[in-house]
Parts: sequence; structure tokens; C-alpha cells
Amino acid sequence: MKTLEQILAEHRFFRDMPPEYLRLAAGCAANKRFEAGQLLCREGSDADYFYVISRGSAAIEIFAPGRGPITIQSLGEGDMAGYSWLIPPYKYRLDVRAVEPVLAVAFDGKCLREKCEANPALGYDFLKRVTQVVIARLGATRLQLLDIYGKNLF
Amino acid sequence: MQDPMTPRRFRIARTLRETKDIFTWELRAEDGGEFAFSPGQYNMVYIYGIGEVPVSISGDAADRRKLLHTTRAVGAVTEAMRALKKGDMAGVRGPFGSVWPLDKLEGKDIVLVAGGVGLPPLRPAVYHILRNRAKYGRCTLLCGARTPQDIAFAQELERWRGRLDFDVHVTVDSAGPDWRGNVGVVTTLVSRAVFTPEKTAALVCGPEIMMRFAAAELANRGVREDSMYITLERNMKCGIGLCGHCQLGPVFICKDGPVFNYGMIKQWFLKREI
Amino acid sequence: MNGESSGYSALTPAQFGALVAALRQAGYAVAGPRVADGEFVFGDVSSSAGLAAGYADEQKPGRYLLSKSAKSAALFGVVNGQHSWKKYLFSQQETLWRARGSSGGFSVEQEPCRPAKSAFLGVRPCDIAAIRVQDAVFTGGACADTYYKTRRENALIIAANCTRASGNCFCDSMGSGPRARAGFDLAFTEVAENGAHYFVFEAATAAGKQLLSKCGAPAASAAQTRKADALIESARAAMTKKLDAKNIKALLYRNYENPRWEQTAKRCLACANCTMVCPTCFCSTMEDQTSLDGAQASRARRADSCFTLDFSWIHGGGSVRPAASSRYRQWMTHKLATWHDQFGTSGCVGCGRCITWCPVGIDITEEAAAIAEAEAD
Repeated sequence: MKTLEQILAEHRFFRDMPPEYLRLAAGCAANKRFEAGQLLCREGSDADYFYVISRGSAAIEIFAPGRGPITIQSLGEGDMAGYSWLIPPYKYRLDVRAVEPVLAVAFDGKCLREKCEANPALGYDFLKRVTQVVIARLGATRLQLLDIYGKNLF
Repeated sequence: MQDPMTPRRFRIARTLRETKDIFTWELRAEDGGEFAFSPGQYNMVYIYGIGEVPVSISGDAADRRKLLHTTRAVGAVTEAMRALKKGDMAGVRGPFGSVWPLDKLEGKDIVLVAGGVGLPPLRPAVYHILRNRAKYGRCTLLCGARTPQDIAFAQELERWRGRLDFDVHVTVDSAGPDWRGNVGVVTTLVSRAVFTPEKTAALVCGPEIMMRFAAAELANRGVREDSMYITLERNMKCGIGLCGHCQLGPVFICKDGPVFNYGMIKQWFLKREI
Repeated sequence: MNGESSGYSALTPAQFGALVAALRQAGYAVAGPRVADGEFVFGDVSSSAGLAAGYADEQKPGRYLLSKSAKSAALFGVVNGQHSWKKYLFSQQETLWRARGSSGGFSVEQEPCRPAKSAFLGVRPCDIAAIRVQDAVFTGGACADTYYKTRRENALIIAANCTRASGNCFCDSMGSGPRARAGFDLAFTEVAENGAHYFVFEAATAAGKQLLSKCGAPAASAAQTRKADALIESARAAMTKKLDAKNIKALLYRNYENPRWEQTAKRCLACANCTMVCPTCFCSTMEDQTSLDGAQASRARRADSCFTLDFSWIHGGGSVRPAASSRYRQWMTHKLATWHDQFGTSGCVGCGRCITWCPVGIDITEEAAAIAEAEAD
């Protein structure tokens, strides 16, 4: 069976991370399973955990009264969820819900933040990885906003 | 020989409503002859008394008896096309333009990225690949649409998805609660697709913005730019490089394209207002 | 020197008139330089008396002055005007096909192209170069333009070497003049000074030789050919405008982003005059017409210009070149740079028409130099 560190090393989010950082990260991590419909993150609550998804699919959602959850973006194998763990005020901004059963590695955000504070190089490494995710999401959102398949843009 | 500027007459044998504004025509030549083309090519389609527009060919190149066109009603001519019925006539000039270099790509993993009405010009390539499936490595189709209702060829996509030798991922930009599929722009699928970047060729078709971002994502995954192919569109009028309208730097999109090697065309594609 | 072996003939004005008559007799519709309503144009020539005798032109950026001198007998004293020979070969408007509607659909019939045999009389070397450029455009690729090709095959070219340069000429820079080297059936140099008036002719094709033989002209003397050569060289020397043809392609490819485009766009009216007078500009659009009762439809090819917004309009969007600077850049870069990659030749022959007929006098040679200068800064 693979160790947690090995699982992490193969995950897209941790690609090319130095082994000593992986070891530090793995120290705050545990495997976790979510059933379909369960929330990984809930808007407004403390961002105590973030997840890297190994299997299954989830959805980033906004809840609208009278309409229920609206999916903004789907997440799957290789994606991470819950980037708010690294960025003050450490509160989830959106819901993330398992659409199918999700196998993920869950990280204790507080534990990892403390390690990052103590080791700024580790913190900077995580900041870059998280920022890439944020930027990719922002870019995707911009494309969605553009409505590129609409009649006004070719 | 038919002059390339004079339309050949075809009759509509069947119309299919793909989505609320995308439709497919199945045409037969009025002269009873065949129609030969290669995947990636397009025709200039003429509607009597209305005008003419370039439309990509969406059928199977192996079946020369019928000619399939799939397009979206966005202007006067395509709106008029949508209103035509079985038995009505249309003029066709073509086929024109460059082709997906499928023979050259044998042995490679293939990633097809389609956005919006970008799937019709890729469908002949899919038919070719599936017919010659053993000649290619891992094959993936990433398909994006605006909403679930805007997905063209939905049943066919389901059929392809059922194959074990073809990965098909469909995503929509926005969806209601009854959509069980993926939500997000098509470029987000690139990071999830399974392929070996150094031996992968990508065929990309969709709005220019989407192709720019898709190419960036593919490059980010390690796919070489000279292994990517995109299709471009400008206001082609003649189809044979004589009217000058569709110039992009040194190329005429009508005859040097619509399919271009991304590594080659990138320097022109990314220039503004040229 | 033996006149016969030089291959040149000397024609008197009367013999020149006989040549025109011989052309008409041989069934050619003869087109040549004329003055009509005060304009220097190309039109039907029924005899040499219909040519622009005694006229000369003065050209500067944005300026054209035609004057007549009683003292001059020259039939080809005008360098050029707003017309080029594309008016005959690449028609402003050409019907391509006609369709007839019926309840069961429609029928299509290609418009036949049966041009008369024509002779272009007095084609300047730069304009011959322009015809050869359009040959490459319309007949050099996989699909030839039927209409251009047919007209071209039916055209006889009689070149007139230049003995004057207009203020906007730069054919020497573009390697297209002032002497015609190829691409003609007959070529002549008109000498009209100090009371002498003759035409030194050479024939390059069998058709040319046959025609020349019909006007009974003697071989040109060495003095006559020397005089003709000297006049051509004086035209070359008189050219003040220059363009660095060797480096222009690379220069423009490097300078898609150059502040000069914006500066020029402030003057450019995007009026399309330059494209209309340019002897190589070939862009066209398709125009469909339907009769009011819907029973008939037709398609025409109509000359178009990259200076209009419509030209690069794409469906669902707008023009891909909304700024005048983009359109001027497209025109000039196409002409001098991308044309090489498309057709293996420059799209500019140095005739100077775009400079003369630009209402604000934008000068392509000056623009090329300014871009080089802005790049160097």
C-alpha cells in the first residue's frame, strides 16, 4: 500500500514538491471519504481543512434561496478544494459538495498554517500552489462570464 | 469541370434539430454524383435569393453519397438555412481548405477540444479516428457547451462515451440542478484528461478566445505547440484565396486554413487587429 | 551597327498609326491612353489620332495636374493616371453566374466569359509588372480565376518605355522600370524632341513580330536606339522617390507594433482611393442580387477594399480591424511584405498612384522610411 507521502507526490497539486515539504504536509493529512451529497466545505464556516481529490467528483456551489445550490464548477480527480485555508480570514467562501463518493486527502489547515508560519519557504511553496489554483479558477470564471459561445462573440 | 465560383445544386434529404439554434442538414447532390472531402474542410453554402456562407462539413468522409452540414443560426443566411426543409434546394461550392492531418498523427495520443459549435468540424475527424482506432494511441474528446441544452450531437456523444477506447468528457458553462454532468469551461477539462503529453496531438476548434486558452492549457500540460492544430474563421467570400477577405498576415484562411498548425500560426493568431 | 541585327525598328508617327490600324484590322479592340473630360484615362483607341497627344502630367503627393502643350507632339507624354490596366483584366464588377428560381428549387448557369481580343497600347513597365503580379494572384495558385485568365489570354501587350518620371515614380527601386524587360509582345520608346518624332520598337513574341512587319518600318539606326536608351536613363535619373525593396519585408514583419501606424492613421481617411488606383490590389467581394419577383438571382464579384470596415467583418462580432491604423497597416504590410509569402513577389511596382491619388498625400515610400527610422530610435 502507498504511503500518504507517495499518494501526495503523485497528485497534481503537489507536483515537484520537495520531499521534506511533502513530509511536513503529510504530517497534517489524513485520508477521508465523502458520500454523495455531503459537503466538503460550507460557505462561511471556518476553513479548517482543504482537500486534494484522489477519486470521485465534487461541485463548487453557491446556495440560492428558492433555487437551491447552483454549480459554478465541477471538481474531480487531481483537483483541490478549500483554498481558503491559507488566506485570511480562513473562512470558506463557497460550498463544495460531493456529487459522487469522493476519496480525498484532507489537510488540517490550522496545523499546516502553523508549519508555514514557522517555515516561510514552505509557506511560500504552498502559497504559489494555492495561487495557481485560484488563478485558474479566476480565469475559468472570466471565460464563463464572457459567455464565449453566446452570439455576441466568436 | 465545375468552376469553383459556381455552386453545385444539392437537395436536403433530412434536417435534424441539434439544439435550439444548431441544426444539421443531410444533402444529396442533385446531379446524383458523389461528394468527396477530407475532415476539416468546409463548403460555401448558398441559399437562393439570400446569400452564401462558409459552413464546416460535419459528416463522415467515408460516405460520399451524403453531405452533412451542421451550423448555428446566427445571421441572415444561417437563419434562412434553418427555415429550409426536406426537399428544399441549396447551392454548394467546395470542398475548400486544409484538413486535420490525421495520417500524420498516427501513433499519437489524440486530444480533441471542441467548444460550442466547434464540434461539427471535428466530427469527421472523430469518425476517421474511430474507424482507424488501432492506428492511434489514447483518444480523448473534450467538449464544452454553454448549457446542457446547447450540446450538439448529444446522443452521439453518449454513444462515443460508451466506448472503452474513447474518453469523452462533456462540460457546460452553466447548468440547472437537474444536470448531473460537469460544470466549468472546456479548458478546465484539459488538466484532467489522461494522455502522454510528449506524444500527444491536439485538435482544437471553437471560439478564438477558447482556442487561445485551450492551447495555453495544453502547453501547460506539456503538449508541443507544433503538435496542436486549430481552425480559424474569417469572412471567407470566395473560398479559393482570390478575394482577399480572410487574410491573417501571410495566410489566407480560406485556402491555407481553416486548419492550422498552432506552432506555425501562433505568431499571427496572437497579433491583434491583423 | 547593322540596324537589322539590333532587332529594333523605328516607326514614324504615320507608321505608328498604321500599326494601330493593323491591330484593329487583325480584330483587336485597342485600348490606350486618352484624355476624356479633362482626365487622363485608358479607353478605346480607334486610331492614333485618339491618343493623348501633347499632354503631360505633373504628380506630387495628393496632387495631379494634366497639361497640354502645343509644342509637344508626344503621344505618350503622360506617365500614368488613375486608371490601370486592371480595369480590363480584373473588372470592377463581373457577373459570375445567374440563377433562376422555381417551385422545385433553382437552376444555376455560369456567366460565359468571351472577351474580345484586345491590345493594350502604351503599357508602362511598372504596369506590366503589375499585370504579372496579378497573373500570379489570379492564375498562379491551385484555383485560377476564370474571368481574369480568359481576358489575360486574349490580351496583347504593347509596352511604352518611360522617358519621363512623375514626381511619385519609384519603379527603379522596385525593379520594374523605367524599361520593360519582359511580359510584352511589343515594346517601344517614343522619341519626340527637337522636331524629331519616332518610335523605337522591339518585338518579343511571334504575334508582335507579325504586327510590326505590317507597318513597313525600317530598322532603327544606332543613333536612334542610343537616343531612346538615353531618354530611358534620364527618366531613371529623374526619379526622386526611393524604397528599400530588399529590406522592406523583414522591416514590416518586425514592426507590426510601431507608433508610426497610429500617426499615419490620424491623416488616413480610410477612403480606399489607394486600393482603387493600385494596379495590383485585387480584393473583391461577392454581391448577390435577386429580382423583385424572386424569379432570378445573380452573383457578381465587385472590387472591394481592405480600408472599409465591412471588409474584415466577422459574423457575431464586428470588424477585425476596427482602427484605421490597423487597416493602413494591413494594406501597406500586405503590399510590401506578406505579398512575398503569398505570391513570391512584391505587391508594389512603384507606379506612385497611391501617393498621387491619396487625398491627404500619404506617401508609401515616406511611410516605409519613417517606420525604419522609428524602429532605429
